[in-house]
Amino acid sequence: MCLAVPMRVEKIEGSLGTVESEGVKIQADFSLAPEAKIGDYVLIHAGFAIEVLKPRQAEETLNLIRELVREAEAE
Amino acid sequence: MKYLEEFRDPELAQKLSRKIKEVVGRERMTLMEVCGTHTMSISKSGIKDLLPENLRLISGPGCPVCVTPNAYLDRAISLSRNENVMVTSFGDMLRVPGSTASLEQARAQGAKVGMVYSPRDALALARQNPGLKIVFLAVGFETTSPTVAATILQAEKQGCRNFFILPGHKLIPPAMAALVRDRKLRVNGFICPAHVSAIIGVGPYRFLAREFGIPCVVAGFEPLDVLTSILMLAQMVVSGKPEVKNLYTRVATEAGNRKAQELLAQVFAATDSEWRGLGIIPESGYALRENLQGRDAEKMIPVEVEPTREHRGCKCGEVLQGLIEPPSCALYGKACTPEKPVGPCMVSSEGACAACYKYQGA
Amino acid sequence: MKGRILLGHGDGGALTRRLIEELFVQAFWNPELAPLADAALLKLPRNKIAYTTDSYVVKPIFFPGSDIGRLAVFGTANDLAVMGARPLFMTCGFILEEGLELEMLERVVASMREAAREAGVKLVAGDTKVVERGSADKIFINTSGIGELLGWASLGKPLRPGDQVLVSGHLGDHGVAILGARGELKLSLPVASDCGPVWPLVSALRKAGVAVKWMRDPTRGGAASALNELVDGKKFGITLMENKIPVRPAVDAACEVLGLDPLYLANEGKVIVVVAKGSGDKARSILRRLPMGSSAEIFGTVVAKPAGKVIINTEVGGTRVLGMLAGAPLPRIC
Repeated sequence: MCLAVPMRVEKIEGSLGTVESEGVKIQADFSLAPEAKIGDYVLIHAGFAIEVLKPRQAEETLNLIRELVREAEAE
Repeated sequence: MKYLEEFRDPELAQKLSRKIKEVVGRERMTLMEVCGTHTMSISKSGIKDLLPENLRLISGPGCPVCVTPNAYLDRAISLSRNENVMVTSFGDMLRVPGSTASLEQARAQGAKVGMVYSPRDALALARQNPGLKIVFLAVGFETTSPTVAATILQAEKQGCRNFFILPGHKLIPPAMAALVRDRKLRVNGFICPAHVSAIIGVGPYRFLAREFGIPCVVAGFEPLDVLTSILMLAQMVVSGKPEVKNLYTRVATEAGNRKAQELLAQVFAATDSEWRGLGIIPESGYALRENLQGRDAEKMIPVEVEPTREHRGCKCGEVLQGLIEPPSCALYGKACTPEKPVGPCMVSSEGACAACYKYQGA
Repeated sequence: MKGRILLGHGDGGALTRRLIEELFVQAFWNPELAPLADAALLKLPRNKIAYTTDSYVVKPIFFPGSDIGRLAVFGTANDLAVMGARPLFMTCGFILEEGLELEMLERVVASMREAAREAGVKLVAGDTKVVERGSADKIFINTSGIGELLGWASLGKPLRPGDQVLVSGHLGDHGVAILGARGELKLSLPVASDCGPVWPLVSALRKAGVAVKWMRDPTRGGAASALNELVDGKKFGITLMENKIPVRPAVDAACEVLGLDPLYLANEGKVIVVVAKGSGDKARSILRRLPMGSSAEIFGTVVAKPAGKVIINTEVGGTRVLGMLAGAPLPRIC
């Protein structure tokens, strides 16, 4: 039940908002991620946004993965 | 950046697979994925086919429905049979067999049982049905418990008096501690949960490396996340330098989600809790705080609960501890199938047996 | 039409007669239906006929892209089509709930007339019953259908390793559209049901001489169930390529959010076809020329091992088994 899906924040009014992915829109509660802004991607779990996704760290992770396998080729 | 596609790149997956085989070499290694969602995602992407034979991946007790004891379910069913009560729950719980029945069967017999996708939906039902007591089955780990905490605080604020929970939340780090202290299990490394870690941070796992010498990697659910975490764990096992690393930095931070932790602290207190298969683990569950006892369905809506029976031959307990794999249970695929499950590991979409059956076949 | 369905509409008297004449016959008129006798007299083709029936209890009765009436016509017509039979005649039995608005019934019947025209079928016999309020959910429909089995070169021939598996388009649309229409989920879903006739797709393949060996419309239980039924107990299996399975991004997203798998969701305007090895590309281009087949894909192959199973080659190069549906994720979707 830890399944959480990244969706884009479309609208926030108080502690409720709308998030969307590929045209699918749902209402979510932002009490657990009050720092979320429109345009952010958030993780949605059980009707709540639980965390904001960090694009810079996502890039870093991908680079780390590419590094790890490049070492493989170099050897 | 869509956060999903990039982490499914087939070429990188193949390269990771080759590198893992290289690092592992001939060593025998056992890694445990703790979280049920990892179990599911590993099965779904067929990652085991990309790993060397001598690297075993086993599933841990990270399936909330699976570790909920029969007694909890029996109480939920008894509550549902009370004509003033409506029991609401996440989908999975509805089909799990308790000692003699499931919530789904109780519903077919006339009990009021509703499936919800969010505790907020249960609160909404409470507002819409002032004549009924709405009981929400509060099951799940640290990813879910903050959503319930937030909902309870909303109920308080709204003055909603007919919303209750049946507390059943559990905590992951104490369970991991119990697993490593039990000498039956030999695990070389842990793939730590993604979203539990988003809430609690990375700190709670450090004792595993420090005190027990077991490396841990916090990883997301996409195939590249899982493969890379396996590579990193293998490297640490081989080098003998156990650490706790965070591969899911795009979501989980060292400190975790402070706001969620605050809400949890306002609503819940840690308590000893019984886990199917693992017994009672100290401080591993959540009870409602003193001032919120009025929302505890167990205390506020007394019902007669039948004596708990365990199903004979059911080996969910051992599967949850990672001691056996599903096919080793005599009931697996024969008396116990997804259509007529005996134990919760076969019912829950995150149960090891369900995942094995669904993705590996009977 | 104003007013509501009363119990009297089902008791065979004047009210029933009026309803039949003013609503049903008006909508469906054809020479075979016109006599309104106890049975329709039909001139059947010389060939073997195909004969099928289905009942429709979908909830809600109106949903994006379609409704229970359209579903009732195409659902049965498609069952005939995938057996290789051209749909010809249908019957239609209504079970109506007392209190149903006549205007709603009119809409459903109008939709069925349209669908019957599109499917090229005549509705030749029918029945109407009314049950007390609460004993049915607005409308339940049963249709049965007769089709003419045309000559096929390869239909029914044994499948062999190397035979190719195609699907005529995106999977999961109908299942997701129904979910969205249910309203309980408070999801906004830009997905319409794919409900429509598959006979044009089937007929095009036949006319082009494609060596079609097996066909199925993947309704309840989805593509996964249809393919499992095909291989169950047989000496061959099927392997699908995950990256060739056509699913709309919105359906994918909805399934992620709800924890569902599009391969298990119902489709009401799709056909899965197995063709002889080497015929896949031809079949694909023929399907793609038609509007309902514009997203057709070759997505699998018949294999010798593992027999009796459907396997998916995953995006990242692993495998997983695609089993039969266990449990019921979505009640009353067709």
